[in-house]
Amino acid sequence: MLRDTWVLFRHGVGVTLRQKVGVVFGAVQPLLFLVLFGPIFTTFGTWETLVPGLIIQLGLMSMGLAGFGIVFEKRSGVLERMRVTPASRLALLLGRVLTNAVTLILQTLLLLAVAFALGLRAPALGLVAGFVLVVVLGLSLAALSYAVALTMNEQLFAPAMSTAVIPLVLLSGSFLPMSMAPGWLDALSHVSPFRYVLEALRDLFHGHYLTGTVAAGVAVTAVFAVVSLTIGTRVFNRENA
Amino acid sequence: MIKTSGLSKTFDGGVEAVRDVGISVEPGEIVGFLGPNGAGKTTTMRMLTTLLRPTSGTATVAGHDLRADAKEVRRNIGYVAQGGGILPTAPLKGELELQGMLYGLSRQESAAKTREVLAGLDLAGLETRLGGALSGGQSRRFDIAFALLHDPALLFLDEPTTGLDPQSRANLWGHIRALREEKGMTVFLTTHYLDEADALCDRLLIIDHGRIVAEGAPAELKTGGRTLDDVFLDITGRSLREESALSGKGA
Ligand SMILES: Nc1ncnc2c1ncn2[C@@H]1O[C@H](COP(=O)(O)OP(=O)(O)O)[C@@H](O)[C@H]1O
Ligand SMILES: [Mg+2]
Repeated sequence: MLRDTWVLFRHGVGVTLRQKVGVVFGAVQPLLFLVLFGPIFTTFGTWETLVPGLIIQLGLMSMGLAGFGIVFEKRSGVLERMRVTPASRLALLLGRVLTNAVTLILQTLLLLAVAFALGLRAPALGLVAGFVLVVVLGLSLAALSYAVALTMNEQLFAPAMSTAVIPLVLLSGSFLPMSMAPGWLDALSHVSPFRYVLEALRDLFHGHYLTGTVAAGVAVTAVFAVVSLTIGTRVFNRENA
Repeated sequence: MIKTSGLSKTFDGGVEAVRDVGISVEPGEIVGFLGPNGAGKTTTMRMLTTLLRPTSGTATVAGHDLRADAKEVRRNIGYVAQGGGILPTAPLKGELELQGMLYGLSRQESAAKTREVLAGLDLAGLETRLGGALSGGQSRRFDIAFALLHDPALLFLDEPTTGLDPQSRANLWGHIRALREEKGMTVFLTTHYLDEADALCDRLLIIDHGRIVAEGAPAELKTGGRTLDDVFLDITGRSLREESALSGKGA
């Protein structure tokens, strides 16, 4: 299982690195927000508040749409071709999900590098901890995205997911903190798991490590990971998937 | 090599695609699985290749029990789906080597095996192309290459020659015969071309409405001076199959 995961992961990373444009392209939207919206935001807020929001936006867009690739692999028969090998189905999922994680890592590094150039000054520990949180969240989201892609109507997946991502980004408080929102919107945003992760990231980027907000973010990420990977595994194990 | 008893599949919607199928295939045989569109050929193959769980029945494939030992079955069979399995956007070499590694080969073994299999199928040199840049016949041979990297004892081919020109079809027959002559491989294939079934197969199974309705060597089936086409139409009737619009779903 581990070996097959590794084999697929290495292959996937090779393909990803060859498509550098694709990796950068997936990060264009948050980069635009960073460069064209950041300077306005920082007249009243801080980079340490804005950048975590853009990282969450990046993760949601980039990983939420990961399932699009599997639709393509299913349609072309590649997935089935792999399903007749002795490789475990869990490896077929994990190899892909870990590849997606590499994409997200590269995109996040790019975003952080530009943010640093513009004025972000987050402590190293906070950056690393935030990074781990985002990667776990991102690969869980990718697994969930595969499960949705393999379950729902193929034609609907791309439009449905790209539409679903927008309210999730807004409700997580990516652009402006939810503390600025009216009560009903603030309450509504609590249903989005990404809000908790985002607020934890903001604390971490401000150098506040041992807060209730960070604990809540870690807990929500852990639960989200377990749920998503369980659903992903079930769907990959299902016949006809 | 294949032995099934009472194999049946009813899909969730209630379609009884395969009913009580008993198949027996001996090692080294090339067996043709014939039947009109929607008869249940692909569904049967997908069960025998561990992709679909039978609703009932038992089967031993390549020496292993289909239900109890699916992984061992997969290790010993190759399967080419009706629609193939080529990513149009990826160079074939890397995809083939990956497939070999998923069959348990090391990177070096897989690269060597890829070269060997491609040479055998007259595909050497084409592996640097993208999957989308092949002719129909080349594409089909690459599909077969993906299924041969682990030297399977039994090869399943679902409509391997559909849509190919006569030259490519004859070429593919040559390759299929060579697999049996050189490797002793057993081949179980579906086709709609009865001349192909006649020329290539040792034995034929005809399935209709999910049931096996006739079986025997081509010569045995062609009784009373009939052609194989006549035999096929006499057995399965002349009415057009509404299912044809839905066939290929399993591809
Ligand atoms: N996934 C599926 N769900 C429901 N019905 C299916 C599915 N796959 C195939 N069928 C139905 O099962 C029958 C047999 O199909 P199939 O095995 O593909 O036939 P063939 O390969 O002989 O053309 C057809 O009626 C087809 O519509
Ligand atoms: Mg078919």
